[in-house]
Amino acid sequence: MKVALKVNGVQRHVDLAPLARLLDALRGPLGLTGAKEGCGEGECGTCAVLLDGVPVNSCLVPIGQCDGREVTTVEGLGAIEHLAPLQACMAEHGGAQCGICTPGMLIAAEALLRRNPDPTATDVRTAISGNLCRCTGYERIVQSVLHAAYDLRSADKGAAE
Amino acid sequence: MVDVNKPRDKRDPVVGENVVRVDGAAKVSGIARYVDDMAPMPGELHGATVRSRVARGILRGIVFDPSFDWSDVTIVTAKDVPDNVVQLIVDDQPVLASERINHMYEPVALLACADKQKLARALEAVSLDIEPLPAVFDMEESFAAKTVVWGDANVQNRYLITKGAADTEDSDAAIDAAIAACDVVVRGSYGTHHQEQLYIEPNGMIAWWDDAGAHATGSLQCPYYVHKAFKRCFHLEPEQIHITQAVTGGGFGGKEEYPSLIAMHAALLAKKSGKPVRIIYDRVEDFEATTKRHPSHCIVESGCDKDGTLRALKMRVLMDAGAYVTLSPVVLSRGVLHAGGCYRWNDVRIEGISVATNTPPNGAFRGFGAPQTIWAIERHLDAVARHLCLEPGELKRRNMLVEGDSTSTSQVLRGSVGGTECVAKAFAASDYLAKRQHGPVIHGRKARGIGCSVFMHGGGFTGSGERMLKGKVAIDLMPGGRLEIRSGSTDIGQGTETVFAQIAADAAGIPFDHVHVAVPSTTYVPDSGPTVASRTVMVVGSIVERAAKEIASKVDAVRRPGETFAAAADRLLAQEGAQTSLVQYEPPAWVNWDEKKYKGDAYPVYAWMVDVAEVEVDLDTFEVKVLKFWSAADVGKAIHPLMCKGQLEGGSLQAIGWALSEELVWKNGAIVNPRMTNYIIPTALDAPPFETILVEAPYAHGPSGGAKGIGELPMDGGAPAVAAAVEHATGIVIDHLPLTPERLFAAWANSEAAQ
Repeated sequence: MKVALKVNGVQRHVDLAPLARLLDALRGPLGLTGAKEGCGEGECGTCAVLLDGVPVNSCLVPIGQCDGREVTTVEGLGAIEHLAPLQACMAEHGGAQCGICTPGMLIAAEALLRRNPDPTATDVRTAISGNLCRCTGYERIVQSVLHAAYDLRSADKGAAE
Repeated sequence: MVDVNKPRDKRDPVVGENVVRVDGAAKVSGIARYVDDMAPMPGELHGATVRSRVARGILRGIVFDPSFDWSDVTIVTAKDVPDNVVQLIVDDQPVLASERINHMYEPVALLACADKQKLARALEAVSLDIEPLPAVFDMEESFAAKTVVWGDANVQNRYLITKGAADTEDSDAAIDAAIAACDVVVRGSYGTHHQEQLYIEPNGMIAWWDDAGAHATGSLQCPYYVHKAFKRCFHLEPEQIHITQAVTGGGFGGKEEYPSLIAMHAALLAKKSGKPVRIIYDRVEDFEATTKRHPSHCIVESGCDKDGTLRALKMRVLMDAGAYVTLSPVVLSRGVLHAGGCYRWNDVRIEGISVATNTPPNGAFRGFGAPQTIWAIERHLDAVARHLCLEPGELKRRNMLVEGDSTSTSQVLRGSVGGTECVAKAFAASDYLAKRQHGPVIHGRKARGIGCSVFMHGGGFTGSGERMLKGKVAIDLMPGGRLEIRSGSTDIGQGTETVFAQIAADAAGIPFDHVHVAVPSTTYVPDSGPTVASRTVMVVGSIVERAAKEIASKVDAVRRPGETFAAAADRLLAQEGAQTSLVQYEPPAWVNWDEKKYKGDAYPVYAWMVDVAEVEVDLDTFEVKVLKFWSAADVGKAIHPLMCKGQLEGGSLQAIGWALSEELVWKNGAIVNPRMTNYIIPTALDAPPFETILVEAPYAHGPSGGAKGIGELPMDGGAPAVAAAVEHATGIVIDHLPLTPERLFAAWANSEAAQ
């Protein structure tokens, strides 16, 4: 099945069986290995991407449902040379240790900050509750996201003034 | 926008600073390459493992369905293995089973195919002819030895620690007499269950052969373990083996010894097919086949004075090793060495026994035997407090070891003993004593309580281990006065690369970003010893410091007045050629350990920690929520305080998961719940907010002003602190993990029935 989809703002095409997983399309023909496979059954959230702005576990999304849709992966948040504030905060405030859950965490946090620029710690915990981390105990991830929210709000305020 | 790549432009000391971790930018941008992110090599095949699916038996044959097209499938069985032994401590585990089956997930045959879907069908087309034998799954049953499944009587290892009155030929009778002479005698039985490491990246390896020999790269903690295993299995010379770590998504001990087996499997398939082979475990296979934390059962008897002064301790520690020995002797050893807890005992008899069962081999897991015995001793101290109507935290504080006291192995603590300060800080931050005194807070059907644990954890290898291991590190001088650290220590998330660069930068007096840490590959890094035992910063970091100082002094020796370090370094390189410092670890001279008597300096130093957990228990459903978790930890010196706290909090949450929700369910040797769906680790909503306080009682032989090892420490105290809090909230005493709602309900129902 031929599928046309926009990935990180770029129009792409893949030819795969309709039930092939979006995760395999990303990691295979699309060459984006940022999303990981931690469990393959939608529990761990390491494969999370935004599908039309909504966080989904790409291991549970058939590629056949992605025609004409827009996918954002961790690579689309910001490249290593110009990290987005959320990514930079995650690296600076201890949100990433082994880093395997980090792409999915960033996607879940990005979705949160897009709809709620001033979240509480509980809001952050709820937003990332579908993403498992075994290294950090989550405290530093929550702090990283709160720092990013603060930085983004300050930047917005600066732009408005 | 913050630019994490911006180089530091001036020379500031970095030890004690929260520099951005060196691998941070790659990890947050999604370009860090974990093993399964690596592009396929030309001609690469996928590999898979055929497993026994019988807990114990005799392998009569392997049947390959004749109707299946095997033409493009590579098959490896035991007869293809040059030396069919997994090189570790005891030669009892085969790389592939040839005759005896000892657990449900024993690897029996290997398959490789370019087409992943065909490979899955090929696995289905293999059947095993196994004659079943009676199996043993319970450690006490194994110890009773009615059915013998390993050696003469199932016992793999025994250790005995004696002290004071028990230091005689008949230590058993002597300790009984010492306890009987005490004012108060308390007895108890304490148990712990399996735990899966559950690193979020499953195990995986890619192997290939070429003119240089055998290569393997993948998710691993200890490249030289794999190296040694290859040397034995394939009869290769050391220089023919090239083991390289890929970026590794967590380990916690789970990638200490098991990756050797996966790498050998991939290399066997690669050798036979002549092509590179990639084996990536899916989550279910990783759950089923790889090592877990040893279950334990401790029987404890102690004597103390009426005022709570502890006197005598008798303990039997039984551990379930699983089907093969793997690292169990060392796990049991660390377990018994921590069994007396951080308390002062005059008379001690601690016996440790590990037995085999027909479950997958248990192995390394953060804490390495200590969380099991510290669970027992902490719950036991809570029991003593209950008997004496004393506040348990106060009982623990009064009896804890201070400088000059001697441990169960008669080791006199010589400084860097920060326990007392940890107690004071953790109790103050949490308002522990006032909340204990106030009693449980009950609102409707919810009860809140608070509990604590006090513990210490030895850093580095046990006893003479480091002296025998002789870990090494090399630092090369690079153009521009930069340094490259070559070490076998791996960064599996803890931040090794960053901390090593901090240590070297300050030791050499150069900017942080002038230090680079090489990817650990046995082709070009020396054997620094494994990344285990809370030894990376404390032990290997100390030789990083020495090597950096040594190489900087070579540059300084030729430096002209007014010349920069970089210019002097370039001149030195131009005139003298390559400059390298290779330094070998030497433990402090006073470390004296008697392996036969199990006496003396078990570890050169201990890190200390006090945990306080506040919980809320639902009195209808018996669900436990940890509301807040305070810790104070004596880390010697925090080289990177933020990562140090992150490491402590992550370990505490792993311990809370072990206590409350993580439970492998077994049925006839098979795991019923080998998935993240029903093996429940804490999410961000289950995790409490952590407040972590760092205490610094420097260790004279630690790097950068006295750092101690803390990797395993936080795993030791979470479970007993939570159990003590649950007891405070509800009065329910649970001495066997886990504290699931079902088990809490059963304990509550039992205590109601008893009343």
